Amino acid sequence: MSPVLQIDGLVKRFGGLVATDAVSLTVAPGEIHALIGPNGAGKSTLINQICGEMRSNGGTIHLAGRDITHLRAAERVSLGLGRTFQITSLLDDMTVRQNLGMAIQARRGGHSRLFDIAASRVKIWEEADEALAGSGLEGSAEHRVADLAHGEKKQLELLMAFALRPKLMLLDEPMAGLGHLESQEMIATLRATRGDAAMLLVEHDMEAVFALADRISVLVYGRIVASGTADEIRANPAVREAYLGEEDA
Amino acid sequence: MSRAHLGLIAVFILLALVPPVAEALGQSSMIRLIGQVLILGMAAASLNFILGYGGMVSFGHAAFYGIGGYVVGMLYHHHDAGTAFLGIIPGTTQMLITVPAAIFVSGLAALLVGALALRTGGVQFIMITLAFAQMFFFLFVSLKTYGGEDGIMVRRSNELLGLNLRDVPTLYWVVLTCAAGYYLFLRRLVNSSFGQTIAGIRQNERRMAAMGVDTYRTKLLAFVLSGAGAGFAGALMVIFLRFASPDMMHWTKSGELMVMVILGGVGTLAGPFIGAGALFTLETTLGRFTEHWALPVGIILLIVVLATKGGIIGLVQRLFGGRK
Repeated sequence: MSPVLQIDGLVKRFGGLVATDAVSLTVAPGEIHALIGPNGAGKSTLINQICGEMRSNGGTIHLAGRDITHLRAAERVSLGLGRTFQITSLLDDMTVRQNLGMAIQARRGGHSRLFDIAASRVKIWEEADEALAGSGLEGSAEHRVADLAHGEKKQLELLMAFALRPKLMLLDEPMAGLGHLESQEMIATLRATRGDAAMLLVEHDMEAVFALADRISVLVYGRIVASGTADEIRANPAVREAYLGEEDA
Repeated sequence: MSRAHLGLIAVFILLALVPPVAEALGQSSMIRLIGQVLILGMAAASLNFILGYGGMVSFGHAAFYGIGGYVVGMLYHHHDAGTAFLGIIPGTTQMLITVPAAIFVSGLAALLVGALALRTGGVQFIMITLAFAQMFFFLFVSLKTYGGEDGIMVRRSNELLGLNLRDVPTLYWVVLTCAAGYYLFLRRLVNSSFGQTIAGIRQNERRMAAMGVDTYRTKLLAFVLSGAGAGFAGALMVIFLRFASPDMMHWTKSGELMVMVILGGVGTLAGPFIGAGALFTLETTLGRFTEHWALPVGIILLIVVLATKGGIIGLVQRLFGGRK
């Protein structure tokens, strides 16, 4: 099957610094591909290049067979690219339900409808309630997002990203700042949604990475030094030296 | 819901009763003053749509207000002189033509300014909008045909469906109808899908873009709608006062509109109108005692900003039991 995401020889330079050095990787349909690497390895840069917030200096990006290298961020989203942010990024003055409604509206369109009544777009709110039902946020639907706990924000972020029904989901450190229990919940949520979209997972939490990833790529100084299954990566001496360190047992 | 409707209708009736009551009290100058407050309120409300709902701090909003006013003034000028603008467009004093023309032209100006200014954000956006407004100001100061810095005296009132617009109460009611219509327009706008998208962009533009919303285009549309609204207000002001001058687009006017919005309540529908009333009242009463009325107004503004979260509206909401 052709990959959902295919990156070939992607480059990003900041002056003399090469932040992304000819990176190539693929994400197959239904796959969770984890991207790990030490701080400053260029993971966030790569994510920003894929989602279009940053222009690339070379290489190509294909989403479901289409060249998206030169498209704007919004166009990439409409072609099925979803993302979550490392630092939660939500609409703080609105309620959980309104945030979700906004994501659904974003997918359905109609941003320039000047005289409809947003609160009466029944289909949007039905879908929002459906998505909330059974999630950990069911009881907080009417809470203002600014008042939510960190873990709840992370969950909402994920729900909103999936409300766009992406083909590929970029997850930028979904476990960051979560406690152990919350991390377990997040892992369970991601496992449950793995059929909905292929995922590129950037994460520091090795427990989560090994629990979720079908394949792992290791990024060091902007270059992919190893790529393989969890077992292969664990056994790879170069990776142990560069990243996993001595403490890994 | 119905309580809010009743409140609106009550306010409208009270305002509609201003002319007879003022005349009965022998205070007929009140009609002119309150009419001006309504028009300034519209201008402030148009600014509030991008500032309060959209988070775009435009410091050049008076430009669109002034351009709207000048369209009415210039159409009168050509009508009076029997000439045509650029040799093509003949003048007129028909309000059903002058006002839509003012709305259109100021919207067009907002499209031009917005298309460039919205490529930036933050302080740069403030500065670029300010710079454009000053450019328009000096452009009109230098146009000797249209009175230069003296502006245009509109010696003949506009005509509207056989109404006698020389009659101040009639003119006032026309203005009131426009203000009420504009209020309802904005109310509809902020509750629409577009209004929600704009509110989303104010809170977190990056997030909206990540969800696939073209934030630049959405903001530009809001900016154009807002500029057109300011032009509407400016046109009414010139019809009301029968005078258009470059002072309408001076940067201090932009500041005044902003003060009205902040004083009344940022991001509320009625706030700008209340702010316009409050500022106008302060200016006229303090102006009676001292030439330096701006100082006490500044101090009062400072107190309002620091002590009441959300201007006069915010204060009222907190005094009378919470938000709706």
